[in-house]
Amino acid sequence: MDAIYKHAARTTSAEKVIESALPQTLEVHAQPGGWQGFAADWASDQRAFKSALWGKAMIWIFLLSDTFIFSCFLLSYMTVRMSTTVPWPNPSKVFSLTINGVETPLLLIAIMTMILISSSGTMAMAVNFGYRRDRKTTTYLILATAAFGASFVGMQAFEWTKLILEGVRPWGNPWGAPQFGACFFMITGFHGTHVSIGVIFLLNIARKVWRGDLDRQQRGFFTSRKGNYEIVETLGLYWHFVDLVWVFIFALFYLW
Amino acid sequence: MASQTAHQEGQQHPIKLYLWVWGWLFVLSTCSYLVDYFGLQGMLRWTLILLFMVVKAGLIVAVFMHMAWERLALVYAILIPPGAVLLFVTIMAFESDYTHVTRSTFFAAAESSAHGAPAHTEPAAAHSSAAEN
Repeated sequence: MDAIYKHAARTTSAEKVIESALPQTLEVHAQPGGWQGFAADWASDQRAFKSALWGKAMIWIFLLSDTFIFSCFLLSYMTVRMSTTVPWPNPSKVFSLTINGVETPLLLIAIMTMILISSSGTMAMAVNFGYRRDRKTTTYLILATAAFGASFVGMQAFEWTKLILEGVRPWGNPWGAPQFGACFFMITGFHGTHVSIGVIFLLNIARKVWRGDLDRQQRGFFTSRKGNYEIVETLGLYWHFVDLVWVFIFALFYLW
Repeated sequence: MASQTAHQEGQQHPIKLYLWVWGWLFVLSTCSYLVDYFGLQGMLRWTLILLFMVVKAGLIVAVFMHMAWERLALVYAILIPPGAVLLFVTIMAFESDYTHVTRSTFFAAAESSAHGAPAHTEPAAAHSSAAEN
């Protein structure tokens, strides 16, 4: 523990170079807005994203690339579904749940949707309380988000198990077009991986917030960069993106 | 210096705004679920699903992800490139439509020529039954 703190207190010359190259403050004051601002920001021979620190700009660019990945999955799904001559299995029936003899369509998926939206709500408030320096509330809200995320992954595991037991495979299923399974496992699997990774990061950041690393500007174990409440917002952007992708999957795969 | 940095540091909005958006996301999700629950079909179904999807996505990006308060330099850099995806969707829709027509024609021809030769049947039962369409 002490060794970590000693290391954290030492600033290497490389870290100094990085920090001078990546400013820690915003330049939003006295900038023109609207179209003029857009042109001025990009035309200025300096940082283009004046309302965002480098961390936020980078997470947005990462999310943009992730958008393209999920777009390609959904596009492939659209292409195979439109071009197959075999009827597509009815998702409303495939994903229905029978409770006490009553068959309710898409019940589990609806619950999963609500859970993910709830987790987005708690995350948005965690970011807010983080900037207010409310360590305790921020930690609780991030932990609540992680709990929602973990329960989402649990339900997805249940759903996968149910479908696999019913005979759904990436190359076929009992109800129709064989591409259904490939699309299902690929799209929900990739999304579930994102949620799982998100939960791990949530727990990690919750620990940092709880210990006060961000208030003390404690250097991170992995990146050696100073702790800052901006990382809660960066994490929040990732988490909201996972929720955003689910909005599209829910509409285009489950409801279509 | 420190207080000034903290002041500028991040997005500050009332909690009420987040709760309001949260509530609307619940309402919109329930609406899109009800589209399926009541079994609406055809154009009405697709219009409603896409409408709820776009409004939900818009609320998440604008408020939860704070895009509404970013400068246009960042907003355009992030939101315009996915527009290329829409072009891709259009291209692939034409392509898959063509594939579908080709398959329908080819499978139908294969089916009618296979009448005298039972050895030609597909191994998967689902395939041969669908090829009749």
